[in-house]
Amino acid sequence: MLASLIGFLGDFDLAEEAAQEAFAIAAERWPRDGVPSNPGAWLYASARNRAIDRIRRERTLAEKTRLLEVPEATVDELDDDTTIEDERLELIFTCCHPALALEAQVALTLRTLGGLGTEEIARGFLVSEETMKRRLSRAKVKIKTAGIPFAVPADHKLPERLDAVLAVVYLIYNEGYSGRVDLAAEALRLGRVLTSLMPDEAEVHGLLGLMLLHHARRQARFSDRALWNGDEIAAGRAALEQAIALRQGGPYTLQAAIASLQCEEPVDWNEVAVLYGRLASVTHSPVVELNRAVAVAQAGAVERALELVDRLDLDSYQYLHSTRGELLRRLGRLEDARDAYERALELASSEPERRFLARRIAEL
Amino acid sequence: MKYATLIYSKPGSHEALPDAEYKAMFGEYMALANDPRCVSSGQLEPVETATTVRVQDGETLTTDGPYADTKEVFGGYYVFEADNLDEALELASRIPAARLGGAIEVRPVVEQPSEVRSGVER
Repeated sequence: MLASLIGFLGDFDLAEEAAQEAFAIAAERWPRDGVPSNPGAWLYASARNRAIDRIRRERTLAEKTRLLEVPEATVDELDDDTTIEDERLELIFTCCHPALALEAQVALTLRTLGGLGTEEIARGFLVSEETMKRRLSRAKVKIKTAGIPFAVPADHKLPERLDAVLAVVYLIYNEGYSGRVDLAAEALRLGRVLTSLMPDEAEVHGLLGLMLLHHARRQARFSDRALWNGDEIAAGRAALEQAIALRQGGPYTLQAAIASLQCEEPVDWNEVAVLYGRLASVTHSPVVELNRAVAVAQAGAVERALELVDRLDLDSYQYLHSTRGELLRRLGRLEDARDAYERALELASSEPERRFLARRIAEL
Repeated sequence: MKYATLIYSKPGSHEALPDAEYKAMFGEYMALANDPRCVSSGQLEPVETATTVRVQDGETLTTDGPYADTKEVFGGYYVFEADNLDEALELASRIPAARLGGAIEVRPVVEQPSEVRSGVER
């Protein structure tokens, strides 16, 4: 309800206050007069009317006429949920507008579309509540003052704007493991909201599939299959199939397809390598090329994998060197393997990784 | 809303274009100035002509050159009337300097309530 109110009013604070007032009226009236037949629509209509009253009262500038021209909402016309859904979709694009800093996009999305409070978002990103409050209010002020629209972008702008939305959700998902709040669950929820709001966009399904297929294995990424969540794997694959059926898949769909293959027993590494190749041609990312090389090695072509790795310009990337070390070890070039592992050790920042690499070196 | 699009261009980038392209580019600037949404515009003489003034303790300090010594220099502006930031950004992206190594800063213009009331605007 809050999302559609904000979308309608174009003002976060006003919407929040109006929603609170509507709830207060409901708390007073419903026990006395009975609960209305459609409580959600009733709350929305009341909040909207409260907000309009308030704007009328506080009107000082002509700029708010847009709101005053809107006729009073009645419960009947709001029985149709599509209006509310459309407004939620518009709000997503507002929160993820490229004119806002990425960290502000993330915070706004969680605050207005996710179910998290400011304090929880702050904990999720390991910043103080004060900092998060300031970040949110700065973003709200910019939306209002700079006139960032509440609208779904025009068709020719949609692909790049949708990419920004997906990037925000995926970033929230990836932060999910580091903070103290379950952001990953929140990202999955947002992913599901997006698939219901934009069912025709392949990459929206692709992203949901990708997140589910990773989340299913969060307890034990590659080792113990008994810890994998079968329902989530099935749901992730269903989302992936949706994406493939829409035939417009991009990087997220490809990554979901790779994750799906990695859930098979045995893994078809040749196929994984092919998909990484396609992903690399879309993203031009050397890290993706590195992953492709690993898949090539897993498929048995270790020499070929080493050739691929040696072509990459990633000298300051720890995993390039640890991968090289592993490939060289498999090829029996132990001295070279040691050098590569030692370079990786120099670059490693976390203690578990340093221990792992030291053990590798000792085992050579 | 009114938006100022402040044009920071890379010095020499426009002049370096071949004749035909230069003419076409100039046409693009004119087309934007003649767009019905353009409220006002201005082109500045090259940065070498700039003088900077400061007043400290009542004393005027005048120095040769622009205020900020940056690679891109402020070279002109348009003020557009646009429905929202997206429309303003769309217009800004059509300014040639943006693709010639420069950048366009888009800022909303503060609406003057008195002017709105007396109908001075537009």
